[in-house]
Amino acid sequence: MTKKFMLDLVIKSNEALNSQYFILKLTSEEKLPEMLPGQFVEVLVNDSPDTFLRRPISINYVDRELNELWLLIQIVGAGTRKLSNLKVGDSLNLIFPLGNTFTTPEKKDANLLLIGGGVGIAPMLFWGSYLFERGYTCNFLLGGRSKENLLQLCEFEQFGNVFTTTEDGTFGEKGFVTEHSILKSEKFDAIYTCGPTPMMKAVALYAANTATFCEVSLENTMACGIGACLCCVTDTVHGNLCVCTEGPVFNITNLKWQI
Amino acid sequence: MADLRVNLGRLQLKNPVMTASGTFGYGNEFSDFIDVSRIGGIIVKGTTLRERQGNPYPRMAETPSGMLNAVGLQNKGVDYFIDHIYPDVKQFDTSIFVNVSGSTIEDYIITAEKLNSLEKIPGIELNISCPNVKEGGMAFGTTCLSAAQVVREVRRVYKNELMVKLSPNVTDISDIARAVEAEGADSVSLINTLLGMAINAKTRKPVLSTITGGLSGPAVKPIALRMVWQVANSVKIPVVGLGGIMNATDAIEFFLAGATAIQVGTANFIDPTVSIKILDGIDDYLNNNNFNSIYDIIGALET
Repeated sequence: MTKKFMLDLVIKSNEALNSQYFILKLTSEEKLPEMLPGQFVEVLVNDSPDTFLRRPISINYVDRELNELWLLIQIVGAGTRKLSNLKVGDSLNLIFPLGNTFTTPEKKDANLLLIGGGVGIAPMLFWGSYLFERGYTCNFLLGGRSKENLLQLCEFEQFGNVFTTTEDGTFGEKGFVTEHSILKSEKFDAIYTCGPTPMMKAVALYAANTATFCEVSLENTMACGIGACLCCVTDTVHGNLCVCTEGPVFNITNLKWQI
Repeated sequence: MADLRVNLGRLQLKNPVMTASGTFGYGNEFSDFIDVSRIGGIIVKGTTLRERQGNPYPRMAETPSGMLNAVGLQNKGVDYFIDHIYPDVKQFDTSIFVNVSGSTIEDYIITAEKLNSLEKIPGIELNISCPNVKEGGMAFGTTCLSAAQVVREVRRVYKNELMVKLSPNVTDISDIARAVEAEGADSVSLINTLLGMAINAKTRKPVLSTITGGLSGPAVKPIALRMVWQVANSVKIPVVGLGGIMNATDAIEFFLAGATAIQVGTANFIDPTVSIKILDGIDDYLNNNNFNSIYDIIGALET
């Protein structure tokens, strides 16, 4: 497992994608630590009684050449709103990298599908780039409620084929990701997914029905992120396990999901 | 360098900074961040006779300046601790306590007995104050009679430092402290979490799966300080203070109120290095004020 650090990183840019989403690009004078796809950071949101605990946020992308760590964040509450106001040059305290990683397929010619929904696409970009660099071919299936929930399409296109769905039909195929035609026309060797729980459960059901290897990345609420508080557990065949240390990536066969 | 050593009855700690049960894992979770052996004492998480799965998710709610938890003593049981965790944690050059909880008095006795012989476990913290379990836990700590009974029975079998962790969810915590002192407790630690609740107005449902949970963090600090002060004035045994300590100044307030040692709890979740910062901050405070020993400020509140 990778060594964990608590570091102050510097905001290199803060780009609003639209009124709901923004990307923080963080850097440091030192070389950033080794990070793996699927891992996350715990961000300290300073000085307010309402943002007492750190916020767990997926690693969206790591640019080794530019020494950048990207966080794709959706504004959902007081903490993420404050983060959206960070300015270039501000510092941000992170505990990272936390959690496990996805399983790299054995065969280079494996047909891979990476499914992301809403802000849950965040770890799929890093995972897709990691696979691309190692010679794998990725298919990305990205879904959102509407076209403004489809994010970073240009970035994803650098690393594989991109398929999209929106619930209202404003972009790509209309419907949920699990209704996309690619799931009917192709057979995949492995599926990786992150997004809203109902979406991940639908993906898990598809994978179970087609006997496809499937890993999901969970986003339970947590306090410490390092396995001390035991607050973020999920029910598995091995009992309650911490999402922060045993996950966030789980094989669906280990989860006790009602699907 | 001031003298930071403190005595907790049968045991001397090299310094008065301990980490609270359930907030510091088994110590090794923090070894990427700090030299764990610098800490005065580590209280490892609540351990029961048999394995417990704890309560279902969600178990945590963030609240203003604090958090509610309802973990429910998830642990693999005392035998697993002895066989698989103890060999790992005994490497730390610090006093390691096991926090012991049970559903029945018999559970407490057997668990304490099993821990008696471990050379590198110089003490236990008897948890008669967990608010998140249906049976046992806090039920033992909320009347003088039951608190006295469980301490008396455990004292009979347990020969090392016996610290008893008290619940703030009582009418008069000093009465409970005196009751456990009379039965042979070496020290008392307080406070455990305050029973609380969080509601999601959008869904009109409780946030926690258990509806209620234990409140910790700076929100509880004034209550903890008051209770430490009351108990320190009521018993002769050392008092270990905890509740919302986030920095060295908070810790010093607890010493002034009468605590002989302190425990850092929820703050570990926000800053994994905070226990060392607090330790260094206490030392700075003593040096800057020309105190030679931590005992110069213990109970030194001027009223």
